[in-house]
Amino acid sequence: MAFVVIQFLNGLASAADLFLVSAGLSIIFGVTRIVNFAHGSFYMLGAYLAFTLVEGVVGPALGFWPGIVAAAVAVAILGGLLEVTLLRRIYQAPELFQLLATFGVVLIVQDLVLLVWGPEDRIGPRAPGLEGAVSLLGHQFPRYDLFLIALGPIVLGALFLLFRRTRWGILVRAATQDREMAAALGVNERWLFTSVFVLGAFLAGLGGAVQLPREAVHHTMDLEIIVEAFVVVVIGGLGSVTGAFLASIILAELNAFGIVIFPEVTLVLVFLVMAVVLVIRPTGLLGRPEFAIRAASGVAEPPITPQSEAARNWVFAGVLGLAVLPVVADAYVLSVATEIMIFVLFAISLQFLMGISGMVSFGHAASFGLGAYGAALMIKHAGAPMELAFLAGIGLAALGALVIGWFCVRLTGVYLAMLTLAFAQIAWSVAFQWYGVTGGDNGILGVWPAAWAASPIVFFYLTLAVTTLALVILRRIIFAPFGFGLRACRDSVLRAEAIGIDRRQVQWLGFAVAGAFAGVAGALYAFLKGSVFPDVLAVPVSVDGLVMVLLGGIQRLNGPIVGALVYKLLQIVLASYTDYWRLVIGVIIIGLVVAFPQGIVGFFGTRLDALLVQRRNSP
Amino acid sequence: MRLEVHKLCAFYGRAQILFDVSLKLERGEVVALLGRNGAGKSTTLKSIVGLVEQRSGRVVLDGRDITYAPTAHIARAGLGYVPEDRRIFTELTVAENLLVGRQAPRPGAPAWTEKSLFHLFPNLAELSDRPAGEISGGEQQMLTIARTLMGNPAALMLDEPSEGLAPLIVEQLGKAILTLKQQGLSILLSEQNLHLARAIGDRVSIIEKGRIRFEGTMAEFAGDQTISRMFLAV
Amino acid sequence: MTPVLSVEGLSKRFGGVTAVDDVSFSVAAGELLAMIGPNGAGKSTCFNLVGGQLKPDRGRVRLFDHDLVGLPPRRIWRFGVGRTFQITAVFQSMTVVENVQMALISGRRRIGALWPKASHLYVDEALELLSRVGMLDQADRACSVLAYGDLKRLELAVALANAPKLLLMDEPTAGMAPAERIELMQLTSSIVRERGISVLFTEHDMDVVFAHANRIIVLNRGRLVAAGVPAAVRADPSVQEIYLGSAGTPAPSGSPA
Repeated sequence: MAFVVIQFLNGLASAADLFLVSAGLSIIFGVTRIVNFAHGSFYMLGAYLAFTLVEGVVGPALGFWPGIVAAAVAVAILGGLLEVTLLRRIYQAPELFQLLATFGVVLIVQDLVLLVWGPEDRIGPRAPGLEGAVSLLGHQFPRYDLFLIALGPIVLGALFLLFRRTRWGILVRAATQDREMAAALGVNERWLFTSVFVLGAFLAGLGGAVQLPREAVHHTMDLEIIVEAFVVVVIGGLGSVTGAFLASIILAELNAFGIVIFPEVTLVLVFLVMAVVLVIRPTGLLGRPEFAIRAASGVAEPPITPQSEAARNWVFAGVLGLAVLPVVADAYVLSVATEIMIFVLFAISLQFLMGISGMVSFGHAASFGLGAYGAALMIKHAGAPMELAFLAGIGLAALGALVIGWFCVRLTGVYLAMLTLAFAQIAWSVAFQWYGVTGGDNGILGVWPAAWAASPIVFFYLTLAVTTLALVILRRIIFAPFGFGLRACRDSVLRAEAIGIDRRQVQWLGFAVAGAFAGVAGALYAFLKGSVFPDVLAVPVSVDGLVMVLLGGIQRLNGPIVGALVYKLLQIVLASYTDYWRLVIGVIIIGLVVAFPQGIVGFFGTRLDALLVQRRNSP
Repeated sequence: MRLEVHKLCAFYGRAQILFDVSLKLERGEVVALLGRNGAGKSTTLKSIVGLVEQRSGRVVLDGRDITYAPTAHIARAGLGYVPEDRRIFTELTVAENLLVGRQAPRPGAPAWTEKSLFHLFPNLAELSDRPAGEISGGEQQMLTIARTLMGNPAALMLDEPSEGLAPLIVEQLGKAILTLKQQGLSILLSEQNLHLARAIGDRVSIIEKGRIRFEGTMAEFAGDQTISRMFLAV
Repeated sequence: MTPVLSVEGLSKRFGGVTAVDDVSFSVAAGELLAMIGPNGAGKSTCFNLVGGQLKPDRGRVRLFDHDLVGLPPRRIWRFGVGRTFQITAVFQSMTVVENVQMALISGRRRIGALWPKASHLYVDEALELLSRVGMLDQADRACSVLAYGDLKRLELAVALANAPKLLLMDEPTAGMAPAERIELMQLTSSIVRERGISVLFTEHDMDVVFAHANRIIVLNRGRLVAAGVPAAVRADPSVQEIYLGSAGTPAPSGSPA
């Protein structure tokens, strides 16, 4: 019994920072409708700044408590600056581009953190007055954890007072419910948005700072927390602070007890709870009706037509050009080209899901990674030949997409997107934790192609053939009745249902098709690298795909090809020049979003269309 | 406060809802904008405060062009808007709803407080701490007007305030609006309820299928039965 | 003769508000029945209860002998109910003719096909439908460049694709110029007459209602208050009262009128 109590308290203690981050994320989304990926970065910055300020690495040491508060305030100011300088410019852009911009911020902060604090973990000091442990039911319980347990309810209470007792808080609640009406009553949105961002950033910064005595500060904590925070707001309901509080406790307790009772299935537990909550209440425990997420502004959207002769010729020329590449290129260039083709395929499968089927995924890495692991496991455990392993990869990816898709098509908009991310993270954790089968972070080595395909040239041709074939098949599906059905559901669910289309079923199968093709890319990737690590399932892979599709222009059929090519080349080239390529790419992404909210191909495509019209009209 | 609307057009997607709607609201007068449902009354009011994205024409408030001003600025300039569907913040209490509407007092316009509004709408006083989503339709209608008045507007646009209300409540409402008029507010009242409009309007504009079809004094309108038969009756 | 659509005792509450209260009516074969009423009368709710977008708390909705209550819109469509919306809902990523083909493909249950080119399927039938609504020359255009009236006609063609027995039209002429309204309604009546289709429609434009409806039902505050042929409804004082404001309302004191 004592053990249960202690474990419960442990859970409560680790719920605190999760609640702080999730509450901020939720409040910001409620008012500004921005899914702030950079919220994890605020958390990480809070932790690093607290470390610096408390220890006095630069300037005088502030001491523990002042340092913690100063760090949170500093992050709040950064948040405000970010809102004023960047987000204000893009409130009119499609939601996905806002998301992309905040992800650019994530990349920049990641490298800035490495630049300033270096790659090694930083261990913070103990909190003065709260060192050591107290004896509780015969167990030693850290004093500081008692403080954290109290912090969650205190912050919840403070937020409650802020939202009930101050005019500002009441305005925030009003704007969360009906922004337009608030404006019609003279509520100044600009100021409200900035202040909400400041509050959200403050909470995230505080969450990171108070974590200092408990866990080492490290440079991957941003993505770790943001994924958990997404799960929390999905379970708790977007825009609800109390929901975030409940959900972070549920999540932390599941972890606390899961780890002791069934270490292997902790994540499955989390997943089950989330699934049950979402099937019963698609908007989370305390959420309000759906917040739609639009892929594009979409008023004057052109129809998706089979590509023009010219575009087809370009693609054909591209394939031909690649076919003669081995004549001139060395093994390194070939492997780079092979990798890019694999990501072209990955991006195309994601565009099929987002652009054609209208389901935005933040977790397409799940399918890519399952494809890779399916192939690798088949080789490792069954000693299967490459061909069979390849099929196993596709099969596992398709199966995974069927399971994930079954849940996802029950939701729409932001909830759907966040759920995909959560599923991808579960897949990642399984690969990471299930040592016996997946080898954990040691990965699976020795996933080499069959002897006939072992040479870089042959593997290059194999990849070219598979990618081209996949491209042709997907195109065919897009223009087949099934693809039309997907587009129908994307364009207008109301109309689709009114002509007898079963939206859920069509979208579910669409999800599986996209997953299977991402699995093809993943399996190829496994054989290219000769090994598989949990990284293939991680958030950056999902986001890379998102960036490629959005850069290329989400509704352009050839968009993902250009997007993947540009983005992957940029990554590879930058990585060879600088260690801080994320910083450069982050800046480029933000620049692109501000300059070309339609994506590269979308942008030049529109310009080209305009030019053609001009030429036609001029005598 | 004077409000002038010149050749206002409004669109939802490719559907044109308003065709060159022009209106004039002089200081201290009540203009009734009449029309059947679907005629374009609500769209006219929404377009004036900038809640319809695609619009053209000109809206001038006391000599200032506010056609493309942000909605919040229009409200702060002294033009209060009470929407047809009430748009109460249901999760806030009655008192909190009023607080959202609060703006600084304006020279030349009555300054409202929660107390003076409770005097105007006595029902609201006891409901002060109730969630606004739980009060009755009539009470919500009172609240939405009171909420806008908290901004101390010099001109007020009311969109079908009598809709769905019992006759007794409509009567109370009419009295309240008359009080506002006596205090010097300019009021643009969109209505389907002829009786209410006749009781408080000085002038009448009739809109049908997105176009203004009649403009005149209340006496002219009331004296000619054919007008209401043509544009308002079934 | 059995009616095409019969609605009995239909009720729906939202929170504390009864949006539709014990409404009964029926639509006879080949009849155009208009549903009118002031804002908030419950027309849209009633419409969505029949179309399957909402589920009633009480009451029956039958199409011939099929009970429609609780069925999703897609199933109701398969029984032969076509639908147009107040704000047109079409597929933006498809051309005009492809929109109609989509409905035909769905009707033939071929939506699962992965290989054939959708734009090659049922071309003749689709063009035939477009030609019936006068949109043949616009078949290959993008929906995004169509005039609003043409979008409405496209919706009509899509609604006709499954050979419906009943059309549900929610404010078919909303947002159109007056000349276009008359054209669209004339087109609609001639099509439904030649094909023996019944129509239930809501409409704000009284010219349209009185020119084209065979019968009219009037809703107010969720209740059915009048039903009958146009002349009878027009002559009904209770209907005029609803539209012109209750004459029985005592005037506020200080009334200038």
